[in-house]
Amino acid sequence: MAPARQTSDVLIEIRDLHFSRGSRKIFDGVDIDIRRGRVTAIMGPSGTGKTTLLRLIGGQLRPDRGSIRIDGVDVHKLGRSELYQLRRRMGMLFQSGALFTDLSVFENVAFPLREHTRLPESLIRHLVLMKLEAVGLRGARDLRPSELSGGMARRVALARAIALDPMMVMYDEPFSGQDPISMGVLVQLIRELNDALGLTSILVSHDVQETAAIADHIYLISQGKVVQSGTPRELSDSPSAWTRQFMQALPDGPVPFHYPGPDYRTDLLGGGAS
Amino acid sequence: MIDWLRRLGAAALEILARTGRGFLFLLHALSGLPSLLRRPGLVVAQLYSVGVLSLLIIIVSGLFVGMVLGLQGYYTLVDFGAAERVGQLVALSLVRELGPVVTALLFAGRAGSALTAEIGLMRATEQLSGMEMMAVDPYKRVFAPRLLAGFIALPILALIFSMFGVLGGHLVAVEMVGIDSGAYWAQMQANVSFGADVYNGILKSIVFGFVATWIALFEGFDAPPTTEGVSRATTRTVVHTSLAVLGLDFILTALMFG
Repeated sequence: MAPARQTSDVLIEIRDLHFSRGSRKIFDGVDIDIRRGRVTAIMGPSGTGKTTLLRLIGGQLRPDRGSIRIDGVDVHKLGRSELYQLRRRMGMLFQSGALFTDLSVFENVAFPLREHTRLPESLIRHLVLMKLEAVGLRGARDLRPSELSGGMARRVALARAIALDPMMVMYDEPFSGQDPISMGVLVQLIRELNDALGLTSILVSHDVQETAAIADHIYLISQGKVVQSGTPRELSDSPSAWTRQFMQALPDGPVPFHYPGPDYRTDLLGGGAS
Repeated sequence: MIDWLRRLGAAALEILARTGRGFLFLLHALSGLPSLLRRPGLVVAQLYSVGVLSLLIIIVSGLFVGMVLGLQGYYTLVDFGAAERVGQLVALSLVRELGPVVTALLFAGRAGSALTAEIGLMRATEQLSGMEMMAVDPYKRVFAPRLLAGFIALPILALIFSMFGVLGGHLVAVEMVGIDSGAYWAQMQANVSFGADVYNGILKSIVFGFVATWIALFEGFDAPPTTEGVSRATTRTVVHTSLAVLGLDFILTALMFG
């Protein structure tokens, strides 16, 4: 049987996205394509709305203008129940992990299964243990979220995000605040899970090295626009001074080290009351 | 002057906006109620945390309030040679007023503040967002069961409060002061009617249960996701619920017994 809809290579298609909070423009005409089976990273300085972008993709926020199509469907034209149907096929890893503090690790991972399926308990147990094994925390199933380290909490959240075998997983700053070992574990996990489970991954981060190590494609966003996009290699060889400053983490460059202010010399010598 | 007016206007707008958000929130939560028919377990779990866990404070407070009523009632009535009517006084005060009102105030302090803090922290730690992204509607999964549980728990708690209050009154009036036990109960039986007194008291506590749980849930939901935001919301829950309960009590009393 022929597929009902021609499956395109692009899973998520963002076109002319505009979004503002109050008077502050967060996105001012952003176009992004996220390809199936790849790890796509969205990078940019803090406060560029990277997390907001994930919430827009997940339908938790509405754009002022423009469209986001997932698998050919415009997310913001869906009704509530259709949106919830779509979300079952998405996994999201929140920066804080967002684990339910009143449930054990096991119950956290079992949560989406219990909510959305009527599987027998023995099967739920198998599935949860398989997901926990995949993130290396099968032995931690009886712990409470408060007993986990930050890195472990994120891995449990990851196991929960893939519990329903989604088509895509969104990662919100997965590396921030991690020690080098858990960072390494997460970097490897994201890549391996993407390839082993045939996922599409969207990674929002400002940790350049880690992201560049696993991303197939990177979009750099600044001041509401896509500044540049390409493979990690293309970006680090970029002729743009801004891109180089960001990718090589230089303290000064087109983004100045100093916050704009009056001339230093006049400021010191002026001695005025301010 | 203009500045003052501007601030007044801004404050008024904020109050209106909050009220609007509060009603929208309530509508959403109410629309989640039918889904609970399929999952009564969610309500039972909440009944335990808002109801059963509040039992101790309700019982102890009921007992003491009843004892005080018994004692004060006796001191006043004995001058008129009507000391045996203390049973009637204790029971009427409890089932008509103190049962529903004091229970609602205690409920706000014990269960309401806990609900606000729980919801506020769930929001601050992105648990509610996480739930939404897992395609689980927090209105159905989190808010509706809590709303229904508060709605059911408060009238039952108020009845238990009144029951223990009557026992407390008995303890003082009969055991300590020495009024005849038969007279204590007989006066109560003769002068407290189920239809007018007990029923109206239950009606009041249903209204209070609804308002107290609504305020507690909404304050948690609307709290800024910060430590300070959640702590302020918890305080507001207790203050607003207390004021709402006392104000509503006056209105309901005027309507029922006027």
